[in-house]
Amino acid sequence: MTGPLEAHLRSRRDAGRKLLVPYVTGGLRDDWLDVLRALVAAGADAVEVGIPFSDPVMDGPTIQEASQRALDRGTTPATILSELRHVEVGVPLVAMTYFNLVFRAGTERFAKEAAAAGVSGVIVPDVPLEELGEWAPAADAAGLETVLLASPISPDERLARLCARSRGFVYGVNLMGVTGERAALGERSARLARRLKAATDLPVVMGFGVSSGDQARAVAEPADGVVVASAIMRRVLDGASADEAGEFTAGLRAALDAG
Amino acid sequence: MTAPVMGEPDATGRFGRFGGRFVPETLMPACLELEAAFRDAWADVAFRAELDRLLRDYAGRPSRLTECERLGEHLGLRLLLKREDLNHTGSHKINNVLGQALLTKRMGKHRVVAETGAGQHGVASATAAALLGLDCVVYMGEVDMARQELNVFRMRLLGTEVRPASSGSRTLKDAVNEAMRDWVATVETTHYLLGSVMGPHPYPWMVRELHRVVGDEAREQCRALTGGDPDVVVACVGGGSNAAGIFAGFAELPAVALVGAEPAGGAAIGRGVPGVVHGSKSFLVQDEFGQVQEAQSISAGLDYPGVGPEHAHLADAGRARYEAVTDDEVLDAFVMLSRTEGIIPALESAHALAWVIREREALAGRTVLVNLSGRGDKDVQQVSEILGDDAGRSRATLRGPAASPASPVRPAGPVRPAGSVRPAGSVRPAGPVRPA
Repeated sequence: MTGPLEAHLRSRRDAGRKLLVPYVTGGLRDDWLDVLRALVAAGADAVEVGIPFSDPVMDGPTIQEASQRALDRGTTPATILSELRHVEVGVPLVAMTYFNLVFRAGTERFAKEAAAAGVSGVIVPDVPLEELGEWAPAADAAGLETVLLASPISPDERLARLCARSRGFVYGVNLMGVTGERAALGERSARLARRLKAATDLPVVMGFGVSSGDQARAVAEPADGVVVASAIMRRVLDGASADEAGEFTAGLRAALDAG
Repeated sequence: MTAPVMGEPDATGRFGRFGGRFVPETLMPACLELEAAFRDAWADVAFRAELDRLLRDYAGRPSRLTECERLGEHLGLRLLLKREDLNHTGSHKINNVLGQALLTKRMGKHRVVAETGAGQHGVASATAAALLGLDCVVYMGEVDMARQELNVFRMRLLGTEVRPASSGSRTLKDAVNEAMRDWVATVETTHYLLGSVMGPHPYPWMVRELHRVVGDEAREQCRALTGGDPDVVVACVGGGSNAAGIFAGFAELPAVALVGAEPAGGAAIGRGVPGVVHGSKSFLVQDEFGQVQEAQSISAGLDYPGVGPEHAHLADAGRARYEAVTDDEVLDAFVMLSRTEGIIPALESAHALAWVIREREALAGRTVLVNLSGRGDKDVQQVSEILGDDAGRSRATLRGPAASPASPVRPAGPVRPAGSVRPAGSVRPAGPVRPA
């Protein structure tokens, strides 16, 4: 059964468009929903919304700081989901968080509340295939699409299982390491993208480390699209307005469309 | 035949409902590889012989069992100490690092990363890396680097790079975060030399097996000395590696009570609820939304909001009890062992003694085995700043709930007037020890 996230991304991809999935940390500032809307207006095909966790081991300094600032403002999963209930952005939302927040709330309750808030997909990077039984039944029951991550060193047999179990899209990790902008992305990104494209017809979206339009275009080229997070969040942390975050994202869009 | 109490976890790495492998996909191949490599090595006679040789000739095993006659008499019980403080590098940590460092070479990796709180695991890791020619990076919270300056220098002297963890509470939890972030980037050439019975499977099981030698030795030494088993085995618990090691030697003996002493400011089992952090499910001190809270303990090595998953299971199953002790009680124990036995314990290990001292009435006449997991040299500076010129003289008295009129250990220095005896503290009252 194809969920709304996958259906939306497939139709845009099949129309010949490279997918752009920008990220915003939920509850980072008072105007974080304006940032979200600006990302959509700039041409996002879906938006990843981070639900901040105190110990984000897959994240580099930028997302760590964004998470901490959001937590310092009193942001909780509940405040983010309740704010999202009141927005209609026109593209699917993908929540990104760590498993303890889901587990603490209760997997079924978390899944229901996320779905009720209009979230289509969920990324929980510390729930690998082996632990998916802890989360996927609740997600599936609530109609949430659980996006799985693939790494450059996932062996072929794992890639096949990941692709078979991922919903919405497959998230290819460009590099070995945590999130955060990199000056250059190596050959590993393209190699993983090609392996994923050979393994699945699901949309293949590559993320981690993308810092510019040129990089976004290069990363998306052998794949179906790209996630950009730290490059946007760094600007927001440095004081960029929602409009300015939108302008940077529009630049990414233009680079992808020019490719 | 029933399954052993501290046997292998199930195929998913679970002890009961705790444990597992909650790690990103990037680390999953390494966890699987490590499990296979450890299983293979642990069954390999040559590997075990090499490890045993290092433990004997390099680390100084077996460690001694010391009967504390003066303090035991004073407390009204028979007190035995398993002297892990006498190992090379000054704590039990050497058992685990030698095993994992040998395994690192066996897996063809040349670099290790480690986290450290008090610096004991960091120093042990740096030592094993120097011995076996491995590159070593140790992450340590900035707060802990200040508390344990000497250990930072020790690690550097041994050729290890010490990197500060400057996020969050800047203590052990954050050092683990940074070590995991390093490992995600370097996993193809790097082994994460985790220092406790925590993290994703196979770490909790592997680290416990590498420390099992503590319990196995202690059991035989105790039988040789006393002709029987102790009534109670006590160990401090942060992540819980020294406790897991000594408990493993006694878990199959139902008459032996197992007690873990947690810091009141951490106390994952006493205050926590189930959660998932650093790769496994266990008890975790966290808020109502699942944000991990900062632990507060006088001892950097126990300043951790989680606990190894097997301890959570032992608590669940009722096989072990976990009791909180306060920083004040720990300082009393630190001073008391120093002044009555001439042994300066690590602040971590002093937690186990603090529980014995507090519960001495319930333990009267019993044989109590304490795992003295480390020596206190590293803590002397910190304690001197707390106690000042008094050097703890006023602490060398029995206080607490069982102290009916406090009597000095020895007539040295001023004795606190009875009026200053403080209440037991906010920790939950400990019931009497009943062997299962």
